[in-house]
Amino acid sequence: MATTYRTCPASGLQFEAHAEKLMKWNAVVAVLWLLVGGIGALGVIMTRWPAFKLLPADQFYTILTAHGVDMLLLWILHFEMAVLYFASSTLLRCRLATPKMGWLGFWLMVIGGIMTNVAIFQGESSVMFTSYVPMQAAPHFYLGLILVAVGSLIGCGIFMGTLVVAKKDKTYTGSIPMVTFGALTATIIAVFTILSGAGILIPTFLWSVGLIKEIDAQLYRMVWWALGHSSQQINVAAHVSIWYLIPAIVIGAKPLSEKVSRGAFLLYILFLQLASAHHLLSDPGMSAEWKVLNTSYFMYFAVMASMIHGFTVPGAVEAAMRRKGFNNGLFEWLRKAPWGNPAFAGMFISLVSFGFLGGISGVVLGTEQINMLMHNTYYVPGHFHTTVVTGTTLAFMAVTYLLVPTLFRRKMIWPKLCQIQPYLFGIAMSITGLVMMGAGTLGVSRRHWDMAFSGAPFQYEWPGAAYLMMGMTGFFGVITIIGGALWIVLVVGSLLFGEKLDGGVVSDKPTPIPAATPAASASHHGSDHVAVPGTVVLAMALLVAFVLYYYVNWKYLSEVWLLS
Amino acid sequence: MAENDSDIPFMQKLLDNHFLLLVIGVVSPGVIYILWGIIDIMNTPLAK
Amino acid sequence: MSSILPPSNRLWWKESIDKTEWTWIGIAFVWGMIMFVMMIYWHIYGKQNLSNEAYKTTPEMFAAKAEKFIAENTIRKETDQEIPVVKVPAGGDGYLIARLWNWYPILELEKGKEYKIHLSSMDYNHGFSLQPVNINIQVIPGYEHVVKMTPTSTGTFAIVCNEFCGIGHHTMLGRIYVK
Repeated sequence: MATTYRTCPASGLQFEAHAEKLMKWNAVVAVLWLLVGGIGALGVIMTRWPAFKLLPADQFYTILTAHGVDMLLLWILHFEMAVLYFASSTLLRCRLATPKMGWLGFWLMVIGGIMTNVAIFQGESSVMFTSYVPMQAAPHFYLGLILVAVGSLIGCGIFMGTLVVAKKDKTYTGSIPMVTFGALTATIIAVFTILSGAGILIPTFLWSVGLIKEIDAQLYRMVWWALGHSSQQINVAAHVSIWYLIPAIVIGAKPLSEKVSRGAFLLYILFLQLASAHHLLSDPGMSAEWKVLNTSYFMYFAVMASMIHGFTVPGAVEAAMRRKGFNNGLFEWLRKAPWGNPAFAGMFISLVSFGFLGGISGVVLGTEQINMLMHNTYYVPGHFHTTVVTGTTLAFMAVTYLLVPTLFRRKMIWPKLCQIQPYLFGIAMSITGLVMMGAGTLGVSRRHWDMAFSGAPFQYEWPGAAYLMMGMTGFFGVITIIGGALWIVLVVGSLLFGEKLDGGVVSDKPTPIPAATPAASASHHGSDHVAVPGTVVLAMALLVAFVLYYYVNWKYLSEVWLLS
Repeated sequence: MAENDSDIPFMQKLLDNHFLLLVIGVVSPGVIYILWGIIDIMNTPLAK
Repeated sequence: MSSILPPSNRLWWKESIDKTEWTWIGIAFVWGMIMFVMMIYWHIYGKQNLSNEAYKTTPEMFAAKAEKFIAENTIRKETDQEIPVVKVPAGGDGYLIARLWNWYPILELEKGKEYKIHLSSMDYNHGFSLQPVNINIQVIPGYEHVVKMTPTSTGTFAIVCNEFCGIGHHTMLGRIYVK
């Protein structure tokens, strides 16, 4: 298929016409789902805020189901498709493999997403994102999800195909860039996720139309979580790639060591998916050995990988800043970092919040015995709002500040508000996540309409602190939603009304990435090595917080009833 | 490039072999999580 | 070179790793091993481990066993719904049914005695959430989970359902007395 290549004059990035169009449309649809999911978030938070209790129970559960599906799957998967096409076609400067299939995948995802949402809003499919059998949704609820899965699997295939194209056309030499390697990791996890999802959703669909009599409830949970949790591990791989991408573009950062960072991604490929077991630690049907080995990502090798990324990403920023001459003391590099650049600020808040809040809470929650203190409590959504939202969503928002000018060729409108947005959203969401975890620590349930148990035969009064935490969740949740809405306004406003930017030179042949000159590779052998003492201090702070919080929870556990 | 690939270390070759990585990334959790999980569930005894 | 370009050194795997990075990798590895061993250690020496005793069952089979247990051990009835309060024999077996939308029956236990509590659901997934102790266990239809419990405090405890089970989910509140 004939195509053209455009070189963006500001960034030097080279966009192939088909890939460019696919990226744009996937990103636009992603933003629309974020809008729908965000309106859902408002309904959820205003109902769980005890002072308001906005919606009646049936509407609350409907909206909560939609919020889960639209945010965790549709917003993120559509954006990830754009990321995959960017990391393959754009970074490798080659044509996208089979763009027609790309459009097929895109439309399958769009139709599937709409179909599932129609099922939910018809009111007969308020089964939550998890749709545990034998609670049954309408058949088109499952069918829509299956179409979304098939569509994204096609996207993964195109990514792999594009790697082959780049190699064959020799648009690069040596190994693929780090960011592309991270995207490859995300793709591999996605393939496992989607195969597992097909493995359970197809039988469930057949069950919903009466062709299969029964699905074992424990088996469903086990296989479903290979979809439900691993899909969020795709996000981890994708947003870690963006953590490498943004400093590379904004301040010219380079990985401290290709070997270490790629090795860490390899550990993700091997073990990150096992964490699906986090959701089955309090289940009857799984053995303790299975729980321990899986919940620990095979002896915590994937946690080690995350700790490595948590070191090398800020380390790369520190090294780049020190090379620019910000060499005073431990933290001049950090103080003088481009905090006014929303892409950088968003990326750094994402990194810190994911590490300190999402990462630590996830490992504690995923400790086999400690899980009993938190399973199905409000702690769980507290945890994943500091991974999927402050981690992934904020990273995606941050990279969009770079994509609007280069990909969409529009200048961002209202630069002052752009500067504020990542702070508003990131900090408010972090606090919301923290107080959600606080409420969960006190036992408050997730997915629960009424803390006061109206209509129950007995009374149970939650501690006053739990009500306080839920009130704070409401307050900071609303601020987060304002921060998210601001981002949508800024992005959509820029796409519609932003100043048009020069698209750059269009050619009908790709310009390959120049091979590294011998001189450049020689200089890489340590002569420009920079020490990163500031990052060491940050990493140690993370470790101390991690160890303390981990053992505090063992202490809590030792105080409950004896169980064996 | 192709003429002197022999000096590339094994691990680098592995990390550059994208389709092999895809296979091991699906097989590893497929065995440790899914297959073992199914065996666990199937081995649950019947209630008396 | 940069994260968005291929590595500039063709043999990047042969590059040496800086001492600081090695140290951090070592710390991360050791901490991971400590956390892994902690779970195994707690299985051997800890006093809060979730039982692995579980059986495949059916709602009918489980309900029959539970009804027999209730008929033999009921000591009184409570609330206008006449919910039986059942005293579980010390060291013996107690049955707790999860169903839309109640926990049935009310159990009465004694502090410091060990009980085998059998949990199962008659319909959907439910969540056993003992409050304010804060122990949370998934209850799955078709599975009978036998959990050994020793209460360490006395009083009236609530069982909140914390797995979504439909429109009446929030009314699903049960009770355990510990004397």
